[in-house]
Amino acid sequence: MAIDWQSFWLTLQLAVTVSAILLLLGLPIAYWIAFSGWRWKFLVEAVVALPIVLPPTVLGFYVLVALGPRRPLGRWWISLTGHTLAFTFSGLVIGSILYSLPFAVQPFAASFASVDRKLLAASATLGASPLRTFFRVVMPLSVPGLITGAALTFAHTMGEFGVVLMVGGNIPGVTRTVSIDIFDRVQASDYAGANQTALFLLVLCFTVLTVVYGLNRKIWMVGPVK
Amino acid sequence: MNDVRTVDSAAAKAAARLRPHADRPAGPVLAGRFRRQQSPQFSLEVEFQAAPGFTILFGPSGAGKTTLLDCVAGLSRPNSGHIAIDNKVLFDAAKSTDLPVSKRRVGYVFQNLALFPHLTVVQNVAYGLAHLSRAERQQRATAILQQFRIADLASRNARDISGGESQRVALARTLVTDPAMLLLDEPLAALDTATKATIVDDLRAWNEAHRIPILYVTHSRDEVFALGERVIVLHAGRIVAQGTPHEVIEAPRQETVAQLIGFENVFDVTVEAVHPERGTMLCRVAGDGGPVVLETPLVRADLGATLRVGIRAGDILLATSLPLGLSARNVILGCIKSVQQRDVIVSTRVDCGVEMEVHLTLAARDSLQLAAGREVWLVIKTHSCHLMKR
Repeated sequence: MAIDWQSFWLTLQLAVTVSAILLLLGLPIAYWIAFSGWRWKFLVEAVVALPIVLPPTVLGFYVLVALGPRRPLGRWWISLTGHTLAFTFSGLVIGSILYSLPFAVQPFAASFASVDRKLLAASATLGASPLRTFFRVVMPLSVPGLITGAALTFAHTMGEFGVVLMVGGNIPGVTRTVSIDIFDRVQASDYAGANQTALFLLVLCFTVLTVVYGLNRKIWMVGPVK
Repeated sequence: MNDVRTVDSAAAKAAARLRPHADRPAGPVLAGRFRRQQSPQFSLEVEFQAAPGFTILFGPSGAGKTTLLDCVAGLSRPNSGHIAIDNKVLFDAAKSTDLPVSKRRVGYVFQNLALFPHLTVVQNVAYGLAHLSRAERQQRATAILQQFRIADLASRNARDISGGESQRVALARTLVTDPAMLLLDEPLAALDTATKATIVDDLRAWNEAHRIPILYVTHSRDEVFALGERVIVLHAGRIVAQGTPHEVIEAPRQETVAQLIGFENVFDVTVEAVHPERGTMLCRVAGDGGPVVLETPLVRADLGATLRVGIRAGDILLATSLPLGLSARNVILGCIKSVQQRDVIVSTRVDCGVEMEVHLTLAARDSLQLAAGREVWLVIKTHSCHLMKR
């Protein structure tokens, strides 16, 4: 078997789950970053952007520690489910959410911020609440940013390695993702197998991004009002 | 700096009485007295009342007109003061009342119109009717689209319609919500004169039926006269004059007003001769030995006194040869320094010892073949020279 389909489906599942969660979780964070007037906002922005520059092993290490049975988060999870978060799929999801946070939030926030403020003002003068304004005006005009954010999150999670290794280890069917599979094969000098898997991942990610950016450009681009 | 021209106040009052709504009292009154520190350098501090009908906000850019509208709408928050429409308080700093924008029932048409680009025309118009049933929403939206003669645009995308159409849609979208007051921030600035006129007619007609306060921001003198029952002149964040257009524009009381109200040409003059029997006097521009003498209306001033004269660029005629048989008393030879097209007017600067700005139509420029370097005669009526105290 050239490609380890089990780890491939696991990776796909992880990427889809993380993208979906970040699509929801990222919206309020991005909204706050785009519209808050708080003077210390830049601190939050810096924290959100941290995973871009932080070595994945560093992030993964702290996630592993935080999820451990002696920490509040880990204890809470154990009391809730009966087992630890580390070395489980759920643990992977949490680590990946943190790792991909900026790739979702930054495009979201950028597209929210680029919505003409006069449109928000117009919506308010027409009697709309901030929530209605968000769903009727801000969201529809930010579709390109939302798609970009989700696509980046998806592709980023597909290729994730360091965080997964730290948090999840290498359990087939549970935490063994494609990139870890590739690493394993290289370790075992199975270059042909590693190449097939790597090439498959490369083509897949490239296709996803091409389709998304292509659609984004053609259909969703919203021009200025004359 | 009082106006020394004999103000014809009786005529002004008569004119005000002739205006259709000047004396009609019914309807809510918007009252504001507030202060907003916009930046360390600029503060807006105003006290005004706007009765039902048009109140024009007039002033140069940066005078605080839009800030005033934003404060009334609730988009900007004053630092202190009070805003109310009749006895409904919109803002009161002392009582910490600050009604949210969406609860103020304020219709606001922005300078850039702010149509929702992702919605169709009818969706834009129905946006403010979310509280109604679908059927009623549809019915009200259709009715106002017909009233504003844009029913055929209903299913078009808001970003695919022309400037004039967008203006109508923006007005319809605001008016359909039945606002308690209307704020218009230069809504017609970008339109050609003909389109502007028909929209102004539509607005007037609508205003006949819905007597609410309308604050209308404009730079245009023509719009002041076309719409204005009352004018508030704003300068550097302060109200420098208010009254009927006739009072504010024809009888400037302060230098700032004079400059605002379209006296593009303002000069210091020295009174050189007084002719009480003719009701005129002669004033030399730029003091003793100055190059130009103007015949002006008579005001109470001594020989040798220094006054200021304001002449509107649109009140000066240009002739390419010495005109004869004219009633105008001031005919001055000069040389064109520059000809510049601004929108639909041509601004010409003529050097006749002092530099004067003259506004012409495009057709006039073309038929006279005006260009820099050309010799021309400036023709200025005596009564186009407005004298003020220095």
